[in-house]
Amino acid sequence: MPVTKTDAGPRSPARRSAIKTLAAAAAGTASLPLWARYAGAQSAAPIRIGFQMHATGIGAAYGRWYDRTTRAALRLINEAGGINGRPVELVTEDDGTDPKRGAEVVEKFASLHRCDVGYGTLFSHVVMGSAPRAGELKLPYFVVSEGHHVASGALNRWTLQPGITDVKSQVLAMAPFVRENLGRKVTMIFPDYAFGHDHRDFFSQAIEAQGGEVVAKLAIPPTETSFTKYFAKIPRETEVIYHVMVGPSVLTFVKEMGEFFGPSRPEIFGFIDSLESVDLQSPGLDFLEGTYFWEGMPRYVQPDQTEFDRHYRAAIGIDENGALAADPSDVSAYAHMFGCWETLYVIKAGMEACGYRGPDDRAALVEAVEAMTEMPLSNDHPQGAKLFNGRTHQVFGPQYISKVENGRLVVQAETPIEAGFYPDEVDYTTQSL
Amino acid sequence: MEFGPHLMLAVLEGAVTAAVLALMASGLSLVFGVMRVVNVAHGQFFMLGAVLAWAVSSALGGGAVGFVAALLLAPVIAGALAVAADLTVLKRVGYDPERTIVATIGLLYILQQAALMTYGPEARPVAPPFNDRLALPWIEFGPEGPGLIWPWGLSITSYKLFVMGAAAAVLAGLWALMTRTGIGLVMRATQLDRETAQAFGIPVERVYAGVFGLGAALAALAGVLIVPIQQAHYLMGGDALLLSFIVVIIGGLGSLGGTVIAALLIGLSDGIVSVFFSPTLAKILATLLVALVLVFRPEGLMGKAAR
Repeated sequence: MPVTKTDAGPRSPARRSAIKTLAAAAAGTASLPLWARYAGAQSAAPIRIGFQMHATGIGAAYGRWYDRTTRAALRLINEAGGINGRPVELVTEDDGTDPKRGAEVVEKFASLHRCDVGYGTLFSHVVMGSAPRAGELKLPYFVVSEGHHVASGALNRWTLQPGITDVKSQVLAMAPFVRENLGRKVTMIFPDYAFGHDHRDFFSQAIEAQGGEVVAKLAIPPTETSFTKYFAKIPRETEVIYHVMVGPSVLTFVKEMGEFFGPSRPEIFGFIDSLESVDLQSPGLDFLEGTYFWEGMPRYVQPDQTEFDRHYRAAIGIDENGALAADPSDVSAYAHMFGCWETLYVIKAGMEACGYRGPDDRAALVEAVEAMTEMPLSNDHPQGAKLFNGRTHQVFGPQYISKVENGRLVVQAETPIEAGFYPDEVDYTTQSL
Repeated sequence: MEFGPHLMLAVLEGAVTAAVLALMASGLSLVFGVMRVVNVAHGQFFMLGAVLAWAVSSALGGGAVGFVAALLLAPVIAGALAVAADLTVLKRVGYDPERTIVATIGLLYILQQAALMTYGPEARPVAPPFNDRLALPWIEFGPEGPGLIWPWGLSITSYKLFVMGAAAAVLAGLWALMTRTGIGLVMRATQLDRETAQAFGIPVERVYAGVFGLGAALAALAGVLIVPIQQAHYLMGGDALLLSFIVVIIGGLGSLGGTVIAALLIGLSDGIVSVFFSPTLAKILATLLVALVLVFRPEGLMGKAAR
């Protein structure tokens, strides 16, 4: 497990160890003048953020972009004087997208690396495996996962999701659009584990509330590599296909769906997770023309691009198609990775609000974040204005519905924050710290 | 979907799986048969074939030319790498069964992590040279007698048909190589009795290196064939290895015919069972079959009892 403690710019984690020595030297030299700025702080020791990264395993494609986004945000935070006058240092550990290793990584953050917080976990089964340990170790654990497990009350007071909305909120916001514009009878295709089950349960409820109906639910094992056999189970009466897939086989999934239907496809609504980090121009994806996607944040620059989106893209080095400017074939996880950026700014705001000095103030940090409510659209929150619910530890924000036109995703609708509201299922603030 | 067309679709999908599996497992079986080496890194040569196919075809700008070049080059490169591994690693440990297993496990991780470091964690596509969707008809007996209908979704692509054809051709070629040529004779002689073969002047070490390379090349070829359907990904070797082992154990280690039969059995049953029941049940049945074979016929369906 490579551990690096640099604050240099984005680069491939795989190559990181190879050029580690060089990078450490370069970063050390580059950051030298900055130390002068921190001299006035009570302690000039850096704040340490433990980044639980999916560097290997099925989450690796996301992990690489979570890493790039994290490094870009931290570079800006450090350039602007750090947090409470102290520099911020990233301690990266690979969890292999594996729940058991996830818990070990959390433990290393708390005991070995003496990190101030744990941060950055995406895949829901890893969050489920790691969060209990974070709670036992009383380590504030900021996840960027989309799963409903935070707001459902399944976790603990030390686990927060302030940077990205959860699946329940996303599907609640999507259901009216699907019902009104695409059709009434829906077949759902989703991965057969916690994240997919969130989609299955909450979308079924949401579409029924809109007068629609789910006619079939196709659960696909996460390691599956061939999909045509599942498509055969789609009922003929289906008007809309609702798909959400993750993992390395997503492109096969979408391609085979196109081959299965040929010219007579129903309406198709997907979560961009099915094609995150995949170029829409890839061979075999032409049939997606005219289909719809949920996007957490629009991958392609839209005509009404905000200055904040421009700032965010420039900081990470992303072009107008959502790919790395230096290598346009390297497509980002644009609909999710903003969550890393925004979470880091929430950690910064929380630490500033409670005058965070060190691990003894961890409980105060959790309380400071719980006290947050409105987060206006800004450079700190480029995806959109958000509302944080301190009782459920979950943030709420806008969602985007895009249509594939000429091989690009074009935003059709932006749903308001309120469209994703649902009644609280837990009040974490009643738990002891 | 109606039962008939549904079954036909399942069989077609299963046949594609079976074709790729047969190619891959025959390489594993060959290596074990001749060298008595359990090559745990076999799945990584499959991955390497897919990754090299992406590298070659994208270097040549994709299209049919790129794919044909990949089809020729990737197995050769993977084979050459395997020959090098044989000469530098397996030969040094004296082809001792336990030590070769550990050595090939090491090779597995080296290849997998090298792919992650150079190629990266994404699944990358390779465009098939041709890929027409062929809608398939189904016979339905209506009031006016039998007639052809075109059920929703019942289709296959021309590329998938090509994969089946190519796998069959390569396996036929492999069979001819083993039974009809001098090279095959030398291999079979080495398989029967290494020391006697050496006494008769057969360069056993060169045969071993060649067989290890050929086995890896077959896996890489399977990887190239599958990549327009399934994309290249650095972790794709794991499942492929497991299925190959299942096939080889059921078919009989070292038996080419048994390997092909077992690949068809596993591929088709995987297709059919996972369509009509669940993919988990298909895996359970395959594993159960392995257990039954090991208990009641340890030499495999077509294998010969140990001498």
